[in-house]
Order: sequence, then C-alpha cells, then structure tokens
Amino acid sequence: METQPSRPPRWLDKLLTRLVAPHLREEVLGDLHERYTLRVQRLGQTRARRDYWREVLAYMRPRFIIRKPSEFSEPTTTVMLRNYVKIAWRNLVKHKGYSFINIFGLATGMTVAILIGLWVWDEFNFNKSFQNYERIAQIYQNRNFDGKIGTFNTVPHPMAKELRNTYPDFETTSMADKHDHIVALGEKKLTVSGLFVEPSFTKIFTLVMKVGHGDNLKDINTILISSSMAKNLFGNEKAMGKTVKLDNKINMAVVGVFNDFPKNSDFADIKILAPWAAYISIDQAVKNTQNHWGSNDWLCYVLLRKGYDLSQTNAKIKSLLYNRVDQDEKTTQPELIIHPLEKWHLYETFTNGKNTGGLIQLLRLFTLIGFFVVVLACINFMNLSTARSENRAKEIGIRKVVGSDRRQIIMQFLSESMLVVLLSFLVASLFIFITLPAFNAFTNKQIRLPLVNSNFLIVSLLFTIITGLLAGSYPSLYLSSFQPIKVLKGQLQVGKMATIPRKTLVVIQFTISIALIIGTVVVFQQIQFVKNRLIGYNNNGLIYLPISTPTLKNLDYKVLRSELLKTNVVENVSETSAAITARGNLNIGYKWNGDETKTNVVFNELRGTFNNGATLGFQFLEGRDFSETFASDSSAVIVNEFAANLIGRKNLMGKTIRNGNVGEFHVIGVIKNIVDDSPYADAIPSVYFLNEKNLTTVNIRIKPTASTNGALTKIGEVLKKLDPAAPFDFKFAENEMARKYMGEELIGKLAFLFALFAILISCLGLFGLASFVAEQRTKEIAVRKVLGATVTNLWQLLSKEFVVLVIISCVIAAPIAYYFMNEWLQKYTYRTEISWWIFIVSAAGALIITLLTVSFQSIKAALMNPVKSLRSE
Amino acid sequence: MRRSDLGEFEEVVLLAVAVLAPKAYSVIIAEELERETNQTVSTGAVHAALQRLEQKGYLTSHLGEATPERGGRRKRLFTVTALGGRVLNEVRSVRNGLWDRIVPQTMLKWG
Repeated sequence: METQPSRPPRWLDKLLTRLVAPHLREEVLGDLHERYTLRVQRLGQTRARRDYWREVLAYMRPRFIIRKPSEFSEPTTTVMLRNYVKIAWRNLVKHKGYSFINIFGLATGMTVAILIGLWVWDEFNFNKSFQNYERIAQIYQNRNFDGKIGTFNTVPHPMAKELRNTYPDFETTSMADKHDHIVALGEKKLTVSGLFVEPSFTKIFTLVMKVGHGDNLKDINTILISSSMAKNLFGNEKAMGKTVKLDNKINMAVVGVFNDFPKNSDFADIKILAPWAAYISIDQAVKNTQNHWGSNDWLCYVLLRKGYDLSQTNAKIKSLLYNRVDQDEKTTQPELIIHPLEKWHLYETFTNGKNTGGLIQLLRLFTLIGFFVVVLACINFMNLSTARSENRAKEIGIRKVVGSDRRQIIMQFLSESMLVVLLSFLVASLFIFITLPAFNAFTNKQIRLPLVNSNFLIVSLLFTIITGLLAGSYPSLYLSSFQPIKVLKGQLQVGKMATIPRKTLVVIQFTISIALIIGTVVVFQQIQFVKNRLIGYNNNGLIYLPISTPTLKNLDYKVLRSELLKTNVVENVSETSAAITARGNLNIGYKWNGDETKTNVVFNELRGTFNNGATLGFQFLEGRDFSETFASDSSAVIVNEFAANLIGRKNLMGKTIRNGNVGEFHVIGVIKNIVDDSPYADAIPSVYFLNEKNLTTVNIRIKPTASTNGALTKIGEVLKKLDPAAPFDFKFAENEMARKYMGEELIGKLAFLFALFAILISCLGLFGLASFVAEQRTKEIAVRKVLGATVTNLWQLLSKEFVVLVIISCVIAAPIAYYFMNEWLQKYTYRTEISWWIFIVSAAGALIITLLTVSFQSIKAALMNPVKSLRSE
Repeated sequence: MRRSDLGEFEEVVLLAVAVLAPKAYSVIIAEELERETNQTVSTGAVHAALQRLEQKGYLTSHLGEATPERGGRRKRLFTVTALGGRVLNEVRSVRNGLWDRIVPQTMLKWG
C-alpha cells in the first residue's frame, strides 16, 4: 500500500474544470475521484490511470458541457450600451472639429469604397441576365503564326452546323455576324447595329419577345427588331407585319419585337436580328463560304447541353478545325477553344493562346484601392482617438474604479467607433446619392443604388460593422489598458513609445497615398506617351464613311471624287477596303526573293484607289505613291517600314513579292508604319494595293482652310444627290483614334480620383494630429516664446516631426509603386519608361501638401500670445 | 403508456437506483452494474442516464455528504419517484407476461 493517496492527473482535472458546466462540476469531479480511488484499490494504479482516460472521455458530451442558462437576465451590457452611446455622442458634440474630421474622412472613404463596390458588382453581373448564361459559350480559335499564338473569336462558316450535327454536347448553335445596317421605313432611315443570326440564336440567349416569336426568323424576308427600335421607327403603331428595307437591298417583314438587350451585356447595342438565310442570299461571298473551311470571318455561339462539362467538350472539338483545313493552313495549327459567357467580359485577354485575365485584373486592383481608402480613413480615427486619450484617461480611470472590467471599456470604445461609423455611413449614403449620376457618366454605366435589395442592405451593414471594428479595435485596446491608479493620480506618462504606433500608422497612410500618386502620374505619362506616338498618317480633318448601299457601291469612284472636289471644301478623296483606324485584311503566305521561310508571318492588307496616299497622308520614306501615269501600277505594292525591313531594305524598289492567292506585285514605295490597330501594340508588316472593287470605306480629306461644319453640310448634300438612300454617317478619324485611349484614360482618371481622395483623407488626419499636438504643447510653445524663440523656430519645431514621417513614406512608397507600375506597363508593347523625376515630383508634391496642412496649425500655435497661454498657471 | 421512452440502459440504471436506495449515486451504481454485467461501465454514462431519468420525472435527487476520497466534494444522491416505480412495474409486467407465454419446447431448444 502506498503511503501517499494516489491522485488522478492534475491537468485532466483542470481540463474538466474548464469544460464541464459549473453547476455540475462538483459532482462530476467528485464521482471521478471516488471511482479512481476505488479502482486503485482494486486494480492498482496503472490500470486505474488507464481507465481514468475512458472515464473522463465519457463526460465529453454536450449534456455536461452546455452551461445552465442563468435564472436572472443579464442587463449590464445593454444598460451600459445606452450610457456608452450617450457619452460618445457628448464627446462628438464637444469636439466638433475632430468629429468632423473623423466623420467626413470616414464618409469619404466609405463613399469611394461603396462606389467601387457597386461598379465591381455591376461588372460581375455583366452578361449574367441571360437565363442560360452558365451554358452559353462562344467558339474561339488559336493559330500559330511563326511561333506566336494568336487567338481569334471568328471561325469558318460551316462551324455552327458541324458542331450541332456531330456533337451531342451542344443543345444548339448559331452563326452570327455583326454589322451596322440602314433600316428604312419609307423616307425614315435609321443606322443601327444588328446581327445576322440563325433562328437558334433566340433560343441560346432566351430572347424575351414582346410580340411574335423568335422561330419566325427562318424566312429570308423576315426581321426581328428591338422594342426601342420599334418605338423609334413606328412610334405607337403596331410594328408586326410591317415591311422595312434593310441596307436599301432587301425588303423584310417585322415578325417579332424583342425586349432590348440589357445595357449591361455585350449585345446592348444590337437593335435588329436578321436571318442568316438573308445574309446568304444578299451576299454572294458569304454564300460561297457555306461549306468552305478556309475563311474565318464569323462568330459562332453555342449552348451547351445540361450536364456537359465544358473542358471535356473542348477537348473533343479541339482539333476539329485542324482536320478540316487544307494542307497550307495546317501549318498554323488551328485549335478551337470554347470560351464560356461567364468569361467574355472579365477574362477577355488571351496571351499566347491562353486566357490570361483582362478586366478582372483592373477590378481586383480597384477593389484593393477601395479597401486601402477605407483603411486610411480608419487610421485617422485610430490616431485621433489614441492621441486624445489623455482627455479620456480620467473617465476610464473612474469607470474602472466603480467596477468596469476591461471588456466593458473595450465595448465602450467599440460602440463609440460604431456610432461614428454609422453616422459616416449615413453621410456616405448621401454622398453616393449625389455623386452616382456623375460616376455613371464617368464610367459609362447605369448603376443604381439597390436600396430595396436585401443583399445590398446586409452587405452594407456588414461593411459598416467591419469598418467600425477596424477603426475601433486599436483605440479600444489601447484605452482600456490604462491603470486606474496611475491615471487618477495624474501619472499617465505617455512616453516616446506610445507615439510609435501612431507614427507607424501615419507612415502607412502616406505610403499608400504617395504610391497612388506615383501610379497616377505613370498612367498619365503612358497615355501621353502613346498619344505622342507618330501615327504614320494625317488624321487631322480626315473623315470617312461606310459604303453601305448598293448605289454607292456601284458608283464610279472617279465620279464621286470629282463631285466632291467641286464643292471646293474637299482636298482629296479615296476609297479603301477598310477604315484606316482599323486593320485591313490579315493574310499569310507572302514570299519574296524565293525566301519561303516567312510564309507564316501575318501581313495586313489594305486595298485602295488612286490618291489614297495623298488623301490619308502617307509619309513616304522611299519611292512614290500609285500614279495613273504608270500603267504597271495595277500590280504595284506599297509596303510599310516594318515589311520593308522584313524583306530587306537594300534595292527594295522594284523587288517582287508574291502570294499564292493574291498575286505578284512589285514594290514602288515604303511608308512609315501606320498605327491602325491598338496604339499600344507594335506595328505589323503591311502591304497597300491598288484596287477599285469591293471597297467599303470612303475617305475624305477636308481642306484645312474650310470650316468643318460648312464642309460637312456640303459633302452631305453631294452624297444625298448621288444616293438619296444612303445616310451621311461619317466618322472623324481623329475621334476614332481618340477612342482607342478611352479605356486607359478611364483608368487614369479613376486612379487620379482615388489618389486625390487618399491624399485628402490622409491630410485630414494629419491636420487633426497637428492641431492636437499644437494644443498639447501650448504651454511649451509659450515658454519657448518667452525665452526668445521666433515664429520660424516654432514652426520648424512643430512641423519637423510630420515632415520626417512623410519623407519615410516616400522612401517606402517609391520602390513599391515602381514595382507595380513596371508590372502594369509590361502589358503594353509600346510603353514609356518610369523616369526618376516622377518620384521626385510625387515626393515633393506630398511634402508640399503636408507642409501646407501642418503649417496652418503650427503657425497658428506659434503666433499665440504667450501671456494668454500661461495665464492659467 | 410512456414506456417507449425508457431505454434499456436507463431501465437498468433505474432498477439499480431502486436496489441501492437510499444511497444510490453514480459511482456505486456504475460499480454495481460492472459487477453484475462483467463489463466496464463509466460513471459518465451512468450520470448522463441519471440526468435523463430525472428530466423524465422518474428520479429525484439531492446533494449528499462529502467524503475524503471525493476530494471533499459532495455527491448527488438519487431516489426513485412514484412515477418511476410505476414505470418499472409496467416494464416488469410486460416482460413477465411475455416470459410466461414462451412454450417449454422453445426453452428446451435453448438448452
């Protein structure tokens, strides 16, 4: 027998004490110990210990763990809550300046964040209004040109039929082609965007019909129009059964009116749907490709059958096109991709044949910025709360003495921050209400505040609570840590250490702000850089219009030109196969000098009439333009600088280049590269031919001496005379060029706005801190003044601290901003360098703003009359 | 009849309480059951059953005296209520009725 009575493991007891509900603790532990003692006597200590485990485990059930609800209500939290709110409110009213800084700053931050949130939400819902959006997809293809894989959204004509008939994976498919069309009702003419589609298109996109049925689209002479179009064309009259003329070519009966596509979808601008059958009947070229796999000019939409996996289906059809194309084309290794609708809008970028994101990256970036802006505002709240902690120290001391524990003090300050955040949210709602129309105009969206949406309300509430917790966390932890004896004795020593977190937060604020400023400058520099790029032709005073009617198409170019020149406002006229602001036809298979290694290189082909070079303003580096004096010019070609370098500049004039299906040409001139596609991308080799057939665009250069408006009227009159059916639907080449910068300009403007708000909020906080410091050091300043300090000395004294913080922020922000902006620039082939002066300018800007903010307070403090400050002692 | 809510283990525990009255509490019930069944019975399981029975109104409890081996903690003593007694009786009569109806041949087959 042991002398010492054996005890079960202590730590298990401790665990049980924690785990078992208090009202059961006594009997449970008692039972366990008694049983243990019995077991020790009977079986010995080793067995008893082993069994003890089992015994303990037997108590691990909810029955023993769940606490007994208290018989009494526990009102302390709720009762005190009212007191907290009351005190918080009194503090807010007492310190109006700080309250304003806090609430205005937070409201601004929240406004920015909510606007960004609404925008992101809107973008995520893009295209999602279609009932089957999860199963809709478009067929894309990859091609390998000379090692570079390009991705295209166009496919051959027989694609839809082939997919529909061969693969059970697809419920249905439809070809589509988008054009601008002239729809005429008698004298009334409208130019709208429309699609030629197969009847199944209406099924894929579950078109909601107002009148009629989508299946009616089978016949050649039928058309579906949108309800807004019906209203424009027929007013309040019935549209069904009426006949309209399409492109002055074919009469079509309206067999249905569909609800306009939602603005927030890729088809927002589509007003008419015309049958594919009609397309084939009016366009011989389209008809010829019905069973031809060699030309890739059309869109193909598919609806996957329910339960079919996209990637498996994709694997099945991957090599379909490769098996159909001829031997020559096989070298480009065509590969089909099914691009699901969910990715059309947010993931539209393909790099080297792989989907690599797109808009989503921008959304992520701006979400991050929105988050940062809220954090900046929260930091203001934290800093001002902790900085002014001495004012509240006595209150906390008293509260603790009369029985508050730390948790309650934390609760108090959290409820205080909640109150501030709630007020800010109300102000922010007002801000959003005011700024939403401007924001919509800015981003070209139709975002509405979904006030009745319960999800929105829940998210707003969550957002408010999270912001409140974020803002209140640090102050409540810090303030609740005061020791009552010390603060009530007046011994609260806020040492140097206490200001370090505050300083850190200021540095974080300014790091974010300065990084945003640098980012903004870089974005604008990139835009400016691209705008300054030489475009290779003269788009000043150049207009162009589509050849949209048969009359215009058949009209002799020379007649058109001489008629237009007679107006005396036109300098020159030409016709081309494509607008100069877009790529022409892309083709491969060019050979020269017997060199056949480069047949995979993609060439841009633009055909045009005589005078094209003069009209568009080509800049010749070598050789000459097409001329009617040389009969041989019908087989001549002008190449751009890129192509010239590819072929070899030496003895280039007169050299022959040939292409199997285009012909054989001799080079007569080299022009500077023309920026026809994206101004951010490199030029590609281009060839310019002489041709007067099947051209699509009239280019007109207005005399610089003529007034634009007068000239346009005169040109319009001439065209009306030549073809009354054609609307004068011209575009300024300059405007079309400007549109290419719009996306980047939007990013630039948004970044500018956010940077502005970030710096505004940060400065508000700094202003608050500076005024607090000035207030705190009133007596010190007075004593210094009495002892002979000048205003300049005092100004330096008070400002130095903040300037140092901002300089540290600059040092941290510069490499971060450099890293991210360099990354951003990488996606542009034609890009600016981030030069050192950007950092200097941004830092200097931030410093000046800081000094202005801080100086207001510090000079005010320095100018105080010391007698007044010291009188109270 | 509320017999359906009396589990087998609960029934045994209830019986044990009746047997050990007035000194029935979880430890000695568990020990008793261990002896009777030759299987380990944990106090936790017994305790849980006792609590369930008390909820159902078959048992009442009060705190008893403390002993040194319990570390000076009091024990909770249980007694069977009138309702508990009635339920036990009902269970027993159902069982007996069924036992009585087993024909001797069947008994013989079991050996």
